Amino acid sequence: MTTVTAEPAPPSPPPGRSARPSRLRRSWEQHWYAWAMVLPVVIVLAVLIFYPLVRGIWISLTNLTEANQAAEICTRSITGGEVCAENPNRWEFVGLDNYINVLSGNVGDFWQWTGITLIWTLGCVVFHYGLGLGLAVMLNRPMRGRGLYRVLLVLPWAVPAFVSAFAWKFIFNERFGLANSLLTSLGIDSVDWFANQWTSLLTAIITNIWLGVPFMMVALLGGMQTIPGELYEAAEIDGASAWQRFRNITLPGLRPVSMTVILLGTIWTFNMFPIIFLVTEGQPAGETEILVTGAFRAAFEGIRNYSLASTYGVLILSILLVFSLFYRRALRKQGEVW
Amino acid sequence: MSQLTTPAAAVPAAPAKVGNRPGRSRRSPVKSLLLHGTLVIASLIALGPIVWVLLASFKPGYAVQSSELTLVKDPTLANYSYVLFDTNFPRWLLNSVIVAAFTMLIGIFFSATTGYAVSRFNFPGRRPLMMTFLITQMFPAAILIVPIYTIMARLGLINTLPALVIAYLTIAVPFCAWMLKGYFDSIPTSLDEAAALDGCGPFAIFWRVVLPLARPAIAVTAFYTFLTAWGEVMYASAFIQTDDTFTLAYGLQQFVPQFNPQWEYLTAAAVLVTVPAGVVFMIAQRHLVSGLTAGGTKG
Repeated sequence: MTTVTAEPAPPSPPPGRSARPSRLRRSWEQHWYAWAMVLPVVIVLAVLIFYPLVRGIWISLTNLTEANQAAEICTRSITGGEVCAENPNRWEFVGLDNYINVLSGNVGDFWQWTGITLIWTLGCVVFHYGLGLGLAVMLNRPMRGRGLYRVLLVLPWAVPAFVSAFAWKFIFNERFGLANSLLTSLGIDSVDWFANQWTSLLTAIITNIWLGVPFMMVALLGGMQTIPGELYEAAEIDGASAWQRFRNITLPGLRPVSMTVILLGTIWTFNMFPIIFLVTEGQPAGETEILVTGAFRAAFEGIRNYSLASTYGVLILSILLVFSLFYRRALRKQGEVW
Repeated sequence: MSQLTTPAAAVPAAPAKVGNRPGRSRRSPVKSLLLHGTLVIASLIALGPIVWVLLASFKPGYAVQSSELTLVKDPTLANYSYVLFDTNFPRWLLNSVIVAAFTMLIGIFFSATTGYAVSRFNFPGRRPLMMTFLITQMFPAAILIVPIYTIMARLGLINTLPALVIAYLTIAVPFCAWMLKGYFDSIPTSLDEAAALDGCGPFAIFWRVVLPLARPAIAVTAFYTFLTAWGEVMYASAFIQTDDTFTLAYGLQQFVPQFNPQWEYLTAAAVLVTVPAGVVFMIAQRHLVSGLTAGGTKG
């Protein structure tokens, strides 16, 4: 991919100067419009993502909370003037204390939350992908009513996440929810969904599966349409069965799409805040908390503990970074590069 | 990269027939029944919760909270009239429309220019930028809120709608730029080169040649950015403080007491929030498959 502007011959550098400035200038002349096009996004991301990140890493090494953030404590004297004194309990650098507290379980339940997060992420992504792939395969065939099916199946995507969370919480309500009404009408005892760790987690996973399948389905359906039809014709002439065609043409053809959507899906699910926060609310007794929601509650309920929040943030980011590095390496080994 | 969809094949209603599979005639009745049966069940599951909430929104309070299984019971519009007339609904709706519309327009513009630059020009900083887009997806928003709040406070944007637009752009733009980059990759560069020979500059090529061809992907971007802004509650609850700047999603949560949820009003509120999103979805949906295609194929 070459740039299309004619490149003006670089002015010959004055004798005695290194070639560096002119190379810089040439690079500028060649790429300025590319840089101009990405500049606004880069600035916004730098201000609103990377500055908070760097600040977050720094804060995670301090003991900053809402209570000790002031540098001075000012008290109003009887005469009406203000007397300010240095805050004796002012926040300070504490090194790795926050990390030690979190990882050793002194504060919050890091390991339990991590375990739940892994179950949650794995459960959701497996079903997202599996169901998405199954539905995409079915929708990729010529048949009557295909357009209608597609619209109906994609519909959950159009529902804002908090509305779906509410809808499913309504359905799983133990007194008047649809789920229990259906169970009792089938003669099964109604279930107090949010009283048990696993049924509670199940409701959240079902909600998130319902919410996430359409994206996978649409992405995979799109991927299938880039697979040339001749491959299938040739395979059919060679007598390949439907299953063989699926295994040897569809799946390999979908590899690039699959790898991307699985990675994105994993990251999104790992950080999926509203579903757990609104559907299970951590019930029972915080046993269905995932990392992001647990961290949010630990850090922001009561006195806001900024340093603790940052510590969790850095840990979550590290887990995801390590995961994507391994994921990438695994793909590289198989000859996939992105 | 071997993209086989040409943009020409990706214009609106085109995703229909690709791959000359065995036609309808060759499917046995049993298989056909299985296929349609599965799809009907899946559609019912997809639709079920939405319809259930919709039905409940027309029931009076006592019927919503009864364990009796009924589809329609004493239908009433009281829930809607409460939500519409006893709250600041019109104002919230206006706020939401403003926030979502600006997020959508600015989001499309930024992600399109960025996606195009990353797709076409091999400039220094290109790969790090792509990686950055991925990494931004890894940030737990719940944790970013406080530092972003501090920045917004310093810029004097707390309790204003621009604060929300900016925050939503940081959520939506990286993914959209990534997706659009994939789509631009599938548009042959020979078109750019031909336009360049005709004397178009890089911006003109982008605006007049590439962008019109990328309509399906733009539609998906519009849908995604709109939805991000429309349904978001967390940032809204952090940055917005007074009743007259609430967005719809946040406002409708607000009027329901937290410890004694009034489900009948919540159902009506949920329907009212979902309807505009559904309208945008209906406009964008025929582009969804072809628009997301290329975006998925390559990161």
